[in-house]
Amino acid sequence: MRERPDILTTFTPQNAASLPGGAWLHQRRAAAAERFASAPLPTDKDEVWRYSRIDQLDLDRYRFGPTDGSGATPSALVRALVDGLGPRAGLVMTVAGTPTTAAAVGPVPGLTVTGLAGHPEAETLFGGTATDPSDFVLLNEAFAPDPVIIDIAPGTVVGDPVVVVHVVGASESALFPRTIVRCGASSRASVVEIVVDPAGGLLGLDAPSGTPATGTAAAPPRHLVVPVTELQVESGADLSVVSIQATGPETWYLAHQASRIAAGAVLTSFTVALGGSYARVRTDSALTGVSAASTLRAAYFGQGDQMLDFRTLQDHQAPRTTSDLLFMGAVAEQAHSVYSGLIRIRRGAVRSDARQTNHNLVLGEGARADSVPNLDIEENDVRCAHGSTVGPVDEDQRYYLESRGIEPEMAETLIVAGFFEDIADQVPVPGARRLISRALAARTGADRG
Amino acid sequence: MSTGELIIDDLRAGIPGQEILRGVSLTVRSGEVHAVMGPNGSGKSTLAHVLMGRPGYEVLGGSVSLDGIDLLSLPTWQRARAGLFLGMQHPIEVPGVSLVASLSAARAPAAPVGPGAGAERPDIGARMEEEADRIGFDRKMLRRALNVDLSGGERKRNETLQLGVLRPRFAVLDEIDSGLDVDALEAVARRVEAATTEWGMGVLAITHFHRLLDVLHPDVVHVLSAGKVVATGGDELAEIVDRTGYAAYR
Repeated sequence: MRERPDILTTFTPQNAASLPGGAWLHQRRAAAAERFASAPLPTDKDEVWRYSRIDQLDLDRYRFGPTDGSGATPSALVRALVDGLGPRAGLVMTVAGTPTTAAAVGPVPGLTVTGLAGHPEAETLFGGTATDPSDFVLLNEAFAPDPVIIDIAPGTVVGDPVVVVHVVGASESALFPRTIVRCGASSRASVVEIVVDPAGGLLGLDAPSGTPATGTAAAPPRHLVVPVTELQVESGADLSVVSIQATGPETWYLAHQASRIAAGAVLTSFTVALGGSYARVRTDSALTGVSAASTLRAAYFGQGDQMLDFRTLQDHQAPRTTSDLLFMGAVAEQAHSVYSGLIRIRRGAVRSDARQTNHNLVLGEGARADSVPNLDIEENDVRCAHGSTVGPVDEDQRYYLESRGIEPEMAETLIVAGFFEDIADQVPVPGARRLISRALAARTGADRG
Repeated sequence: MSTGELIIDDLRAGIPGQEILRGVSLTVRSGEVHAVMGPNGSGKSTLAHVLMGRPGYEVLGGSVSLDGIDLLSLPTWQRARAGLFLGMQHPIEVPGVSLVASLSAARAPAAPVGPGAGAERPDIGARMEEEADRIGFDRKMLRRALNVDLSGGERKRNETLQLGVLRPRFAVLDEIDSGLDVDALEAVARRVEAATTEWGMGVLAITHFHRLLDVLHPDVVHVLSAGKVVATGGDELAEIVDRTGYAAYR
């Protein structure tokens, strides 16, 4: 355990209480901030932080507080990015934590997109799914200035995605996005959530060649981004969520996605991690009702000295639940990736079927990937399969392509792009699929072939 | 049509600690079809992979030249650009990489090596479809990932299609006939034979069986045994081997 600095100068209960909001919210924020401040910071000695860089986090270097957000408008690049996603059912955009007046879309019956103040059940929905408030979930609860609730009424089918975009602010600033999705019984909807640093050169923004901002003359901005996404999928509902992390190369990103999936409901989640200095995504998916199903996907590509860190929990709490996880990533140069996942089948979750697969390409001498799959099975009549691979580009594949006259560098590019091709095809929202394919191609160099 | 030669001279090679080819010499001229037959373990596939430079094999002595270019000093991709093609016995799956992507990359400009290399064929898609139709390869397969979920026969057609698009100076075909039914064998062999006149491709066809040679009509047949060419003759040699087996050559 690492001692708290004597006084947290930024993330204090007083500062949390200074945020606007109703009485219950003030109380929740203060309580969360108190709990956060009273516990020691995690260290890499803690099992859930093993392999991580948590010991290097310096919270006090970041500033918090509504910057002068008046009139904050997204840049043309960001607007083009959003428009590139295609038709949408709704749009929420923040710049430096401040909601913008980005053009909303006409009302879709059965869909409401509001802040906490605008929703009668906000008090129960806020923190209703992310019920294991530890460390940075608490920090988000204390400091999320403007949580968003996306509520889909029972039986509603929303064809186009609701798009949520968070654009980072000035260097050294902290951002606490909070998105709450409730997908009512037998409804269907999709959400695309993007955290982006337009200076980071990712997602085709600001860097036509696809090269990251690393190594440019100006020091890249440093941000702390702590997003929490709560997904409540009610019985028979079908929710697809795409989360894209495209922060700058010096950003600390500590994300948590919590989901609860009720009887007969389906969650499809696709996570993409490209940016960040240390970027962690914790994905906890609880299958709480009979025959609930989750499909969890992630694609990641680290370079420079990035560390991309994934922790997953497939928590089977009810009979005949299924979960299917596939995380695929590559690390180049000195980058490091971590995948640590647990399948838990609780007593009573008979005939559950869980799969967990993690494939890693290690593309540089100094790159490293750790992959740690785990099982915790309390029931007999279940099926579980887990597997992981860590290794360089397959020598036989390279030989095959080279035997056709393809230069070694191009052969490797093709193989790495091909590695991501299959998983990118599984992005559940077409507009996001195009964006992700392009972003991965820019990373692998395939767009320059 | 230019003439040229693939000259293998006293080639000795193997895997670390084991010499498999013990001095192989043969010369294939442009437009000629040579067959290499031999029992299991005679070194046929080793010959194919050593010519192409597969990792894991080492050359212990001798030389290989293609139209005067010293192949053994070149990395695999430059051997291909010099005009050598290997139709593999076991074509390798490359997930997510389509035939069109790989053939486009194979034809992409690079430092030209040897005559004929880098000859631009502008519409690779049309060339692929034309070649696919010639050998009865389903056009739908052209968008699939290389060799992924293809049957043995489809893989061999796929190899043949690539040969047709890349138009190599010399093709080494390592048991291109295995896994093919009679119709597919006909189609593949006819395509290869046509290449010998269309652009004077020389062929070194490695096979166990005579039936490929019934269609391919070799000019020269070599019998390889224990890493050496122990007999060289005309088409009649293949028939003798087919009738009497390899016992006489061990």
